[in-house]
Amino acid sequence: MKIVIGLGSCGIASGGLKVKEEFEKLLAEHPGAAELAETGCMGMCYKEVNVEILEDDGRSTIYGEVSAERAREIFESHVLGGKPVEQYVVRSNYAENENDAFFNGQYRYVLDRCGKINPESIDEAIAAGAYRGAEKALKTMTPEEVIDEILRSGLRGRGGAGFPTGQKWKFARAPQADQKYIICNADEGDPGAFMNRSVLEGDPHAVIEGLLIGGYAIGATEGYIYVRAEYPLAIKRLKIAIKQAEERGFLGDNVMGTGFSFHLHIKEGAGAFVCGEETALIASIEGQRGMPRMRPPFPANRGLFGKPSNINNVETLADVGRIIADGAEKYAALGTEKSKGTKVFALAGKVKRGGLAEVPLGTSLRDVIYGIGGGTASGKPIKAVQMGGPSGGCIPADLLDTPIDYESLAATGAIMGSGGMIVMDEDNCMVDIARYFLTFIQSESCGKCTFCRIGTRRMLEILTRITKGEGREGDIELLEELGQQIKRSSLCGLGQTAPNPVLTTIRYFRNEYEAHIRDKKCPAHQCKALIRYEIQADKCVGCTVCARKCPAGAISGSAKNPHTIDQSKCIKCGICKSSCRFGAITVD
Amino acid sequence: MCGCCGKSEAYLKPFEDIMSEFEGKESDLIPILQRIQASYGYLPEDIIRELSARTGIFVTKIMGVATFYSQFRLRPMGEHTIRVCFGTACHVNGSESIADALSDELKIPLGGTTQDGKFTLESVACLGCCSLAPVMMIDDETYGRLTPDKARNIIRELYAKEGASK
Ligand SMILES: Cc1cc2nc3c(=O)[nH]c(=O)nc-3n(C[C@H](O)[C@H](O)[C@H](O)COP(=O)(O)O)c2cc1C
Ligand code: FES
Repeated sequence: MKIVIGLGSCGIASGGLKVKEEFEKLLAEHPGAAELAETGCMGMCYKEVNVEILEDDGRSTIYGEVSAERAREIFESHVLGGKPVEQYVVRSNYAENENDAFFNGQYRYVLDRCGKINPESIDEAIAAGAYRGAEKALKTMTPEEVIDEILRSGLRGRGGAGFPTGQKWKFARAPQADQKYIICNADEGDPGAFMNRSVLEGDPHAVIEGLLIGGYAIGATEGYIYVRAEYPLAIKRLKIAIKQAEERGFLGDNVMGTGFSFHLHIKEGAGAFVCGEETALIASIEGQRGMPRMRPPFPANRGLFGKPSNINNVETLADVGRIIADGAEKYAALGTEKSKGTKVFALAGKVKRGGLAEVPLGTSLRDVIYGIGGGTASGKPIKAVQMGGPSGGCIPADLLDTPIDYESLAATGAIMGSGGMIVMDEDNCMVDIARYFLTFIQSESCGKCTFCRIGTRRMLEILTRITKGEGREGDIELLEELGQQIKRSSLCGLGQTAPNPVLTTIRYFRNEYEAHIRDKKCPAHQCKALIRYEIQADKCVGCTVCARKCPAGAISGSAKNPHTIDQSKCIKCGICKSSCRFGAITVD
Repeated sequence: MCGCCGKSEAYLKPFEDIMSEFEGKESDLIPILQRIQASYGYLPEDIIRELSARTGIFVTKIMGVATFYSQFRLRPMGEHTIRVCFGTACHVNGSESIADALSDELKIPLGGTTQDGKFTLESVACLGCCSLAPVMMIDDETYGRLTPDKARNIIRELYAKEGASK
């Protein structure tokens, strides 16, 4: 019997290490009762900590929300007694479970090994199919054949822009040079997205294999993985994986005895969103401020240290090994005409079942959010879904039948993006969301382009003014005009897409902007300056809870008598409303 | 004592160890700064000057890099670092009110350090446990599904615990 604990960042954040300790203790008390193993994220982040019990006859039981106490219960009943603890089971391969819906619409291509293998064991990775593609490519194919295979698979870059990967490799292969580089973009800058990290933490060998194949295809003997410093666990597992791959002769000189040499290095980012942009990323590896530069010359001609370079996203590279191993046709059979294959999304926000969702492209947003995600946690209707983070946009609920492919999403004004998918319900204010992204962009603009630097600041000032109830007639039009100008006059993708969250919310939720500006109301009750908490005297029983909880001392009243809020002191934190058990506090 | 800057050898030791691992090329600059910060907790000015003297990279250039990336700090931090997640998932679940509550409880703005040097309050983008939103981290411990009330209580408990242990 095997006890497998999901120790991705999500699992650890939910207390996974304590669960592991508990199982270690239990196993010390009962030596030989089972084998303890670790894996990456199993995908069901909403049920962390996840623990799988694998029995020798192949029965698999996954438990959710495991704590140290539950670990003991599970151990005693299931591991020792052979009787699963039904109420904590979230999935099994022998009985139906409501959480099956989370997996039913999914197709796990990239995530195939995530949450199954121990990411720190190359043997488990190989046994599950890793490096098959690399071996096939290096031993039986020419670089041109590799590129051709990737072209035929239809794989498009998963970093956001969706450029055909095979095409990109072709450009990087073309120039003659004494040195070329292939770089993995693991900067994952979208705040609220975690797909790349889960892949790095759960199956680092897939990324290494992709780089190896890509390096062979374009003729690069050196590779870099640029990982954001906020991902310590991913960095640790990558380091282990690289070392193991070197020991096996999959990296280093004379890879797999083929004469091809490939050396891989890790570079840690230092906290700058713009470094996800190719030329800024290159500047950062070179030790400079991460400022984008004009293209052309494209990195394929003049990249890192002035040499031809190719940059791909983590997920793009993680797809490559399997495409080569299983053949382009298998991959191309998934997805739509122009958007082939699968895409991983980080499903979060107000969704009921948040986590990693990998679906064939062409699946509708509705199927992902309602089918896999189960709708909202609150049960309230969905208002919008945000895709593409600060470069993307908000898609309103009535467009949820939009198929997830590059072109259809772009037509809504949003983008595929790198995979962030944030669900919002009625309680989320769209003006506030626009302001949120612009605050982010404004502080992350590198400052090189005037429109991006100052224009986003002006837009933010206007949005802030609107959320404070000081909006003026003409503000919406001014935002639109500024947005168009920033898009046109910025050098890199950061500025070119920065206005998208604002423009899409204006496009679909103009009335909400107008309510803020004209009626000085926030329909979602989010913007503090525009809301008022009040106690309904007929419902208040005078329990004094709110008065005691109010951090501002704004509530007064005697026991058993209706209380009142002093509006001049109220900081609108909402604590009173959430602590009132009688529903006596309203907000408007 | 160091001949050029008058600092004790013990103070410079971690710096020396770091420098012995790098060639001092320009492309080493960010990793070197990261290591300095890991050892000293921030980037002390005297160390930056020493780094410049050693590598020939101008102080202005080093400062340019150090101020560009949000990871680097030029001032020491509090004993504990509180990082409130400002990622999108946390934002839509109310992280702003968590930060407000913490600011009010500790009487410091975001980015500030308490007078007693105990806590530094920071924001971060996505801690990666979006399903637990809103989330904060205090040092290495993650706290999820927060409410402003819960957040305040966590700080009070920490103060109570630390006060008692002293
Ligand atoms: C401001 C900005 C941030 C970006 N951040 C990322 C990122 O975090 N990860 C990523 O893979 N691509 C990011 N990109 C896209 C990259 O520039 C590049 O297109 C991508 O890494 C190419 O890989 P792909 O072809 O495999 O998608 C960003 C682009 C811009 C303009
Ligand atoms: S948005 Fe806060 S953890 Fe992801």
